[in-house]
Amino acid sequence: MTALIELDHVSRTFTTPAGVITAVDSVSLALDQGEAMCLVGESGCGKTTTGRLLTGLLRPSGGRLLYEGKDVWLTKGADLARFRRAVQLVHQDPYASLNPTRTVFQTLSAPLFRHKKASSQRQAFAAVTELLQRVDLSPPENFIAKYPHQLSGGQRQRVAIARALTVDPKVIVADEAVSMVDVSIRISLLNLLLALAKEFGVTIVLITHDLAVARYFASRGRIGVMYLGRMVELAETESLVTDPAHPYSAALIAAIPEADPDITRSKKRVELRSAEIPSLLSLPPGCTFHPRCPLAEAGLCDVLIPQLLPIPGTREVACHVAVRERTGQRAAVPV
Amino acid sequence: MPVLSVRDLSIDYSTRRGPVHAVRNVSFELEKSETLAIIGESGSGKTTLAVGLIRLSPRGTKVTSGQILYTKNGLTTDIRTLDDDDLREYRWAEAAMVFQAALNSFNPVITIWEQFNDTARAHGMKDKHKVRDRADELLDLVHLDAKRVLHAFPHELSGGMKQRVLIALALMLEPQLVILDEPTTALDILTQRSIIDLLRQLREKLGFSMIFISHDLSIAAELADRMITMYAGRVVEEANVDDMFYRPRHPYSVGLLRAVPRVSGALGSVASIPGSPPDLMRLPVGCSYAPRCPYAIDACRAEEPPLVAVDTPKHEAACIRWKHVAEILGSNAEVPVAEKLA
Amino acid sequence: MTTAILARPTTGQRLLGFWLSIVDFLRLLSRRPVGLIGFFGIVFFLLLAFVAPLFVPFQNDPSLADIYQTPSRAHPLGTDFQGKDVLNQIVFGGRDILTVAILAALVSTVIAITFGAIAAIVGGKVDSTILAITDVTLTLPKLILLIAVAAILRPTSFVFLAVILGLLQWSSLLRQIRAQVLSLKERDYVEAARSLDLGIVHIVFREILPTMRSYIAIHFIFAMTEAMYAQVFIVILGLVPVSGSNWGIMLYFAQGQGALFFRDSIWYILSPILAISLVQLSLVSFASALEDIFNPRLRGSA
Repeated sequence: MTALIELDHVSRTFTTPAGVITAVDSVSLALDQGEAMCLVGESGCGKTTTGRLLTGLLRPSGGRLLYEGKDVWLTKGADLARFRRAVQLVHQDPYASLNPTRTVFQTLSAPLFRHKKASSQRQAFAAVTELLQRVDLSPPENFIAKYPHQLSGGQRQRVAIARALTVDPKVIVADEAVSMVDVSIRISLLNLLLALAKEFGVTIVLITHDLAVARYFASRGRIGVMYLGRMVELAETESLVTDPAHPYSAALIAAIPEADPDITRSKKRVELRSAEIPSLLSLPPGCTFHPRCPLAEAGLCDVLIPQLLPIPGTREVACHVAVRERTGQRAAVPV
Repeated sequence: MPVLSVRDLSIDYSTRRGPVHAVRNVSFELEKSETLAIIGESGSGKTTLAVGLIRLSPRGTKVTSGQILYTKNGLTTDIRTLDDDDLREYRWAEAAMVFQAALNSFNPVITIWEQFNDTARAHGMKDKHKVRDRADELLDLVHLDAKRVLHAFPHELSGGMKQRVLIALALMLEPQLVILDEPTTALDILTQRSIIDLLRQLREKLGFSMIFISHDLSIAAELADRMITMYAGRVVEEANVDDMFYRPRHPYSVGLLRAVPRVSGALGSVASIPGSPPDLMRLPVGCSYAPRCPYAIDACRAEEPPLVAVDTPKHEAACIRWKHVAEILGSNAEVPVAEKLA
Repeated sequence: MTTAILARPTTGQRLLGFWLSIVDFLRLLSRRPVGLIGFFGIVFFLLLAFVAPLFVPFQNDPSLADIYQTPSRAHPLGTDFQGKDVLNQIVFGGRDILTVAILAALVSTVIAITFGAIAAIVGGKVDSTILAITDVTLTLPKLILLIAVAAILRPTSFVFLAVILGLLQWSSLLRQIRAQVLSLKERDYVEAARSLDLGIVHIVFREILPTMRSYIAIHFIFAMTEAMYAQVFIVILGLVPVSGSNWGIMLYFAQGQGALFFRDSIWYILSPILAISLVQLSLVSFASALEDIFNPRLRGSA
């Protein structure tokens, strides 16, 4: 079965005044219909750029974006427009993602009219009401005529999700969609997205820096860990959090403070060799993590870029040492 | 004698729509070398309270009642009565504050050394050699290489390094009290971890008291001795950290704890609090949390519940239903709320 | 509000909605006393210039007996060098000058918005071409150009004059509109609109321009003030065929007929100057409140 949407060795470079940086370096990721997965990583790891590449808002510098098996950037006109509607982005900042001068009704009805899903105010009103109910903004009458500033952060984020739903998307990329809303309501937003995946078969990629959020959201799916533009581990969620294979994933999980004093105060640290994150302008050769990695082996990790390879337990990892230890296979070292 | 004793503090600020009671009748005490976490979400009043403690409130803010009693060497002063000179002295030498926003508010055109020198001069340290020695010592304390960092401009430092410099600056005059506003929020996980470990070391080495303000429960779990939960401008629960995490008695604390998933251990029954925080201009009659509270009864909507001792004398909650909450959660096991409710 | 959306609004509801928006407008304005005064000033001068002439007879007959009179009951602002009533001239002299100011502001604003937005959104060569033309226009000495153009073309109709003035003052607004659109088009909500395939017309007219309303309105008003000055300036210089009456022409004659040398003619000179200044002041005061009026946060009952 072909995946619904797929990044095939996609890279993206940006030219900055200081030089060319590779924000995303040969990332591959295939997603099936109705899948709910997470991309996690620290700032500058390329997770946001990956999300924008998935939505087609950015053109890859290399590699292909496939939707239903077709290369998106080779399609034109109506096909491209169909793809654009099929893949929607939910932004991080609910204060910036809604137009402050437009009411909820105006925001939600515009795409309905544009794409002929409503031809009269009455139809639009009915459709908008239904959308608001679907994102748990009820009773809808209380929200339909409001301006964004009259809503809380969580309510705005729901309107943003409803807006994405106006075009019946097949894929939603949610970039840090809960990090700016209050802690006490994050889970309900995640549940809303999960319900869309489960009930309507929407594929959802949640991009987050928060591993705990990722663990909850992708508890039945996968988590991809990114570091300096590369996917370093892609694994089923529970196996990733209980037994991370990549030393970077292991370091992250060991470092994350937890909302539980007993657990968090007795966590075993993974000591890194350096706290310094290399600049994207001058990435280290070989594995970009090797200058910090406790497992790094000279002559191997600083020379050869590790590929994302399968290891036992439906998971993939880009680490020479982890692959060797978990499969017994050695990476070929150039002489 | 506590280092800081806040009594019945209320702070208003004015908006276009009228005055907002941002902090209402807050009282707490902070002992020497103790770490207190003030936890709350947007609109809880935690930041207004924090800046109120060092009287750095923005224009339009007004303390309407209460005392902020600061004690040093047996001498107690009410911060509210200090004049401008004494206040400046108090702000760095006694109680230093590290703002989250300060990460981006370094003057971009002067070096870190000049930041140190300016701060020192503002407090009467004129001898550059002494300042230099002190800067070296402080940067060493926060694990930064003084030779490299002092000559750097702010943009040349990473977020974590800037946060370390801010902490070092705050410690320059050996304050007894350090107030931190969201100390790790803008930082990456690995950097967060190193800052948390650093704060823990510094506290042990220097013995200062610490108050930090955060919406992040995990930082409280890491560092706090005691915790205060704020909701709609009031303290709704105060307890030592274990009691708060494993035996909370206010339904809001319960809801907040349950809303935060973990990476390690069982996920449990994670859930959000229904509804949204109240509009501070139109607070409901009775308990502000009642409209969102699963345990609310009619009596909750009649009048605002006072803070009362629960379980132990050092554990207080502003809830008339705390016994009911205690029954549901049980008293003993050191198990997080989400697991108990699963 | 909900019911208004439910069905197509009836005429009654439309009128009610219109009335409510006027009430809202005045409510917001009343928070800014200076703006409110400015607004009433503008209303006053609009009534004076466009409505009052319908009710007052035009006095154009010279009366040599009454030259340069000081204010009196018969002539509240005195008389001019021909003995004509000054107040009467002020009443009749506003229409042309305000019409030209509004038209000129309209021309320059439309040019600036259209091409500024096109430059920002299309980008590439179109952008650099528009920008190059704008920069050249910006560097031209406006006043001298205006004098030259007026002298060569001798604009006889006021519409023509308005177009010339408008064509000379769009450049700095265009640059600012372009910069604003450039920044607004990177906003998340504009990106969302792109993603929803809402089309460029929707993005420009529904997403981007509405957030710039206050900005555009303020610039419109400043363009009016600029056009008024420029207009009076070339009228005084006598570069426009002198016909009819307007405040500029009053000043032209006041200067040409040596009114400066008579002490009793002070009212004759001051009146048009005062009228022009008060209009300008009203406009500028009103502009100061526009930010509030267009701020959606302050609209409706929050």
